[in-house]
Amino acid sequence: MNPPTSTAPPPAPLPPQPAAKGGATRPGDRIFVGLSRGSGVLLLVIMAAIAVFLTYRAYIAISDNQANFLTAFEWNPQGQPPQFGIAILAYGTVVSSIIAMAIAVPIAVGIALFVSHYAPRRMASPLAYVIDLLAAVPSIVYGLWGALVLVPYLDGMNSWLDQYLGWTYIFEKTSSGPARNLFTVGILLAVMILPVITNVTREVFLQVPRAHEEAALALGATRWEVIRMSVLPFGRSGIISASMLGLGRALGETMAVATVLSPSFLFSGHLLDPGGGTFAQNIAAKFNEANEYGRDALIASGLVLFVMTLIVNGAARMIIARRKEYSGANA
Amino acid sequence: MKLQRRNARGLRAVTLGAAAVSTALLLTACGSDDNTQQGGADTTKAAGNIKCGGEGKLLASGSSAQKNAMDLWIKNYMAACPDVQINYNPIGSGGGITQFNQGTTAFAGSDSALKEDEVEASKKICKDGQGINLPLVGGPVAVSYNLSGVDDLVLDAPTLAKIFDSKIKKWDDPAIKKLNPDAELPSTDIQAFHRSDESGTTQNLGKYLGAAAEKDWSYVAEKSWPAKGGQSASGSSGVAAQVKQVEGAIGYFELSYATSNDLNSVKLDTGAAEPVEATSENASKAIAAAKVVGEGDDLALELDYTTKADGAYPIILVTYEIACDKGNKAETLEAMKSFLTYAAGEDGQKILSDEGYAPVPDEIAQKVREVIPTLS
Repeated sequence: MNPPTSTAPPPAPLPPQPAAKGGATRPGDRIFVGLSRGSGVLLLVIMAAIAVFLTYRAYIAISDNQANFLTAFEWNPQGQPPQFGIAILAYGTVVSSIIAMAIAVPIAVGIALFVSHYAPRRMASPLAYVIDLLAAVPSIVYGLWGALVLVPYLDGMNSWLDQYLGWTYIFEKTSSGPARNLFTVGILLAVMILPVITNVTREVFLQVPRAHEEAALALGATRWEVIRMSVLPFGRSGIISASMLGLGRALGETMAVATVLSPSFLFSGHLLDPGGGTFAQNIAAKFNEANEYGRDALIASGLVLFVMTLIVNGAARMIIARRKEYSGANA
Repeated sequence: MKLQRRNARGLRAVTLGAAAVSTALLLTACGSDDNTQQGGADTTKAAGNIKCGGEGKLLASGSSAQKNAMDLWIKNYMAACPDVQINYNPIGSGGGITQFNQGTTAFAGSDSALKEDEVEASKKICKDGQGINLPLVGGPVAVSYNLSGVDDLVLDAPTLAKIFDSKIKKWDDPAIKKLNPDAELPSTDIQAFHRSDESGTTQNLGKYLGAAAEKDWSYVAEKSWPAKGGQSASGSSGVAAQVKQVEGAIGYFELSYATSNDLNSVKLDTGAAEPVEATSENASKAIAAAKVVGEGDDLALELDYTTKADGAYPIILVTYEIACDKGNKAETLEAMKSFLTYAAGEDGQKILSDEGYAPVPDEIAQKVREVIPTLS
């Protein structure tokens, strides 16, 4: 798998192309160009169609909404009058994803470094394989595991956090229920996005030019210094794109969140209190019984998630583009 | 050589992957809310006098609350009439009505009667007619709890309303003590669980609380849970699993989930001589107090949630089958009429209580039986 990064080692100089002159193209070339251009255009058309569809249905919903769509703490599109807002969902989605990223990224980078630079070869490939396997587990299984195993076992840790970090407000626990909260969801999401991030960063670390590492070693660097001086700078944009891939999954995760979280439309800044919700979870929970207008309202929330994902991806691309000149590839 | 090694590795990957997938399937199967096992062996006997009609495929979709009843009816019906293939897809009432009004299904199942705009929409599909509601399945909604050492908890509507509205927070609250003088109530926190998804079960509990505890339950009965606070879980199976797992929990779901999870259910103090238990029989008694409010062939019911009749359990759910009175699709009409005749008939109704549902009382079932042959 090639990592989606623009810092791959510079390509070897191309051999002189025999038939690329003037208009003398062969039919095979033309067909291939047409096909690949068609695929590119098709992708854009699909994206545009999704955006148009979401916007149209969302417009229908939002124009009848009696509450502020962006700030209301409520979801009742089928009520009289219809009132719904995405504040809780946006908060829950962002917070659970941040927790997941904070846990998963350092661990994933650690695993990737271990597999690519520390582990003996005999151990490295089975380990990489096991990580791949983690990615193949369906999310409903993660959800069941989270609800049946993780939640009961987190009770102790939550009381510990409450006792020692309760003064931070966010770790204060004001309800005695089981740990079906955003914090647990964050931990579960971290496990789920771990393989994605690990795999991509591992591939990037393996791409580090041998010459860079050997140069560092020749200067008397220890293994850690080699990693710090040549591997991490080279892989930085790869780590970022890997994290964004993971973030994309965390933002959109549905079944696992719906199984573990105890959703409510009551705002709470306490991470350990049950409640909150995410966009995808809310859509999954409300879709079955929604009438047509209710579905429009859910689609409106989907549009917000769509825009959020676009912004996140755009931001990631900008970071990667800006870092390009510093990365090891051009050194 | 190299190629060979890669192949061996690929094969191993496939085997391991297959193992993982089958484990996953196994796990999901355990987690599903399929309670059809309880019916027992004797239910197939009821298939005796089914009058077959029509042939081909009969598609229907809607309420998941009546899924088990539908499964049972379909199994019996198709055993007797192999020419007809019935497919009921439990996608939820809202989805069922939408599909019916788009003309993709022959009939829909719904937890609540059609609303005015839905009736209007149905006129496009039903030529010269409109969608009508036929009550076919009733059922008690059990309120179950998990409190070690307490077996026969009695609650009344106002107390229940306060518990679900987070106004009563401890199990040894004076209001609960007063209703249960003999029970040893611990001072644990009450964890009130509700459905996080939209559901007719939630709506019916809301209607009951709104009618029987007006002062303490000011919310409008909607399919989504109206009160703030409390805990929630997805689906009846999710709520039941939480109540089973969490000490001090209380939650509501169809009776079959309480029996299959071995949970104690609350007896309701309705003002009748004795507190009423959630059973199929007691639910039927409460449905008997319902009035038909639909016009003409429409048999939409208005349930009496405040009934004080002896042994009538008032938290009930009635699900309807929705079809056109005139203008049903010609190719499925005969099959649908024949299937609904069986379902509404004595044989069809009798087997409902095995699944934790309640038969529709005779008087109403009789009206349904009169309407079905007139569908066209």
